[in-house]
Amino acid sequence: MFTEYSVLENKLFQIIDDNGKVVNPSYMPSLSDSEVLKVYKQMLFARTADLQTVSYQRQGRIFTYPPNYGQEAISAAVGLRIRENDWLVPAFREMGAMLSKGVTLKELFMYFMGYEDGSAFKGANRVLPISVPIASQLVHASGIGYAINQTKEDSIVYAFVGDGGTSEGDFHEAINFAGVWKVPVIFIIQNNQYGISTPTRMQTASESLAIKAVAYGVKGIKVDGNDLFAMIKAIDESIEVCKKGEGPVLIEAITYRKGAHTTSDDPTKYRTKEEEMKWDKKDPMKRLMAYLQERGLWSTNEEEAILPQYKEEVDRQFIEAENYGPYPNEDVFKYMYSQMPDDLKDQLNEYERFLKWKESKLSNKK
Amino acid sequence: MVNAINDALDIKLKEDSSVVVYGEDVGVEGGVFRVTEGLQKKYGENRVFDSPLAESGIVGTALGMSIAGMRPIVEMQFCGFIYPAFNQIISHVSRMHNRSRGKYKTPMVIRMPYGGGINALEHHSESMESIFGHIPGLKVIVPSTPHDAKGMLISAIEGDDPILFMEPKRIYRAIKQEVSEDKYIIPLGKANVLSQGTDVTVVAYGAMVREVQKAMVLAKEAGISVELIDLRSIYPIDKETITKSVKKTGRLITVTEGPRTYGVGSEIGQIALEEAFLHLEAPPARVSGFDVIVPLPKGEHHYMQDSYKIFYQIEKTVKY
Repeated sequence: MFTEYSVLENKLFQIIDDNGKVVNPSYMPSLSDSEVLKVYKQMLFARTADLQTVSYQRQGRIFTYPPNYGQEAISAAVGLRIRENDWLVPAFREMGAMLSKGVTLKELFMYFMGYEDGSAFKGANRVLPISVPIASQLVHASGIGYAINQTKEDSIVYAFVGDGGTSEGDFHEAINFAGVWKVPVIFIIQNNQYGISTPTRMQTASESLAIKAVAYGVKGIKVDGNDLFAMIKAIDESIEVCKKGEGPVLIEAITYRKGAHTTSDDPTKYRTKEEEMKWDKKDPMKRLMAYLQERGLWSTNEEEAILPQYKEEVDRQFIEAENYGPYPNEDVFKYMYSQMPDDLKDQLNEYERFLKWKESKLSNKK
Repeated sequence: MVNAINDALDIKLKEDSSVVVYGEDVGVEGGVFRVTEGLQKKYGENRVFDSPLAESGIVGTALGMSIAGMRPIVEMQFCGFIYPAFNQIISHVSRMHNRSRGKYKTPMVIRMPYGGGINALEHHSESMESIFGHIPGLKVIVPSTPHDAKGMLISAIEGDDPILFMEPKRIYRAIKQEVSEDKYIIPLGKANVLSQGTDVTVVAYGAMVREVQKAMVLAKEAGISVELIDLRSIYPIDKETITKSVKKTGRLITVTEGPRTYGVGSEIGQIALEEAFLHLEAPPARVSGFDVIVPLPKGEHHYMQDSYKIFYQIEKTVKY
């Protein structure tokens, strides 16, 4: 695959077309119908959750949120292949992959509501918290890869970044380190065409982002990120490369952010309706739906029947997050160090004296 | 304040062809806070433009431009994203003039929204001005009103030194004030005595000025007279204004958003000790953030300074 779809020739790896028709059968990953359907349902759940989160934000029930809308296939492909002992190093637009790893929606909601406890991921191992400073998480992935090589364990790191992030120094340093160390890291660029308002063509003069792999001496591939099967196959082949000790791999997943950068952003300022319509035809779920319908595996009726359950489940977890309760004074301080320094204890005590004083002032006023 | 900053940029872009404005999303979008809105349309893509997403690159190229005779104004999208550029700032921006023994002037302004209180995600709420104030060779200034923002920014752009212009985003749109359409400058390095008082000097800057003003209502009810100084400039620091005031009131409180230890408040307290020791009737006190990461929105109220936290300290210091 890496030779046939050489990044030097800027080829795009694709398995199904925009109508869900298999156009590249020799690369079709081996998946049972029920597995495909299962992944589709996971994508549907993630999309339902994502769209509902945006509406919660509009209702003022959650703060800034970065939508995943339109990019579900990338996270779903990773979610399918990632194992308990593999690592997930997310940026902030990988809801599906995080859910597959055992992170709960409730936790993600809590995080975006403003509770740090939403990053504790109590039921999920080997997944790092959301990383806001762009591309900075990638170097951690390389470090985790080094640790895996040291212990010789069977584990792979899946690390995410956006197209904008490829301009940051950390992106280059991460892949360079990973290449020198030959670590089992699969770097996935979600090229959703925009870093906030800035189109990918203004991030780089390279003809692709995948081609950057060449300079670091690592394997790379440009994949249709809205094609679930192509994503799965690219990951399968990348896993093989890593297992042979020939990692890392750089995957550029071509996709489109159908939503805004975050709920604070207004995409109408920098992109056209025509462009959005063009990409809408490539929507990963529409394409997969067409594939499933063609084979009689799924129907709009079944989808309509299941959606209310999904919505209810999303709502249930959201309300649980909303009812998480007050934020204790001590929680501001207690995780700063493994043991709280005396000076921080003093600051906490003084804060509590202030709160008592304030309470008495306010009750005197009444 | 957003409009006042935009106005200052507009004036300098118009009158000085060596001025350029760039950064992440500042062109087409006009900045995530709309500070640079309309400027690309007016001055073209060669003067106001979007850069690749790379803060080190943005600041480092600005230094190169300034060495070659331009006056770049760059934007860091949020305070928490400046750190990739920290190496450029501390290793080169602050040093080139000294390193070249004055041969290279490096006039450049790094604009950056900072501070909490807007229910933001991680890395969007910090106030780390003391880190930057600690860098020799860098000027660090903070306006507290739209009027000051315009006059100080024009001063900064016209100055020959590299300047970090920190914009308190919490009051980007919170303070309504008539601002002259004409060009005017506010000299840098001078603090502004906003209210005369006799019992205690309170030094603040940025968004904290407004919080002190609210606390002053409570103080007044308690019969305490507060002298409020808007520091305006973290470095250079206006020792003279601080000293004069502390000598008059005999008491000093600093109000800052950033973490407490090694903060700007510590420096101002030390100035009071060195310059007005025999006039002090109470130890200089700090109202500041805790030495913690700024909590996410659900816990941020614990961290932020408000009128009651400030008044609590005013009462303690005056009763000392």
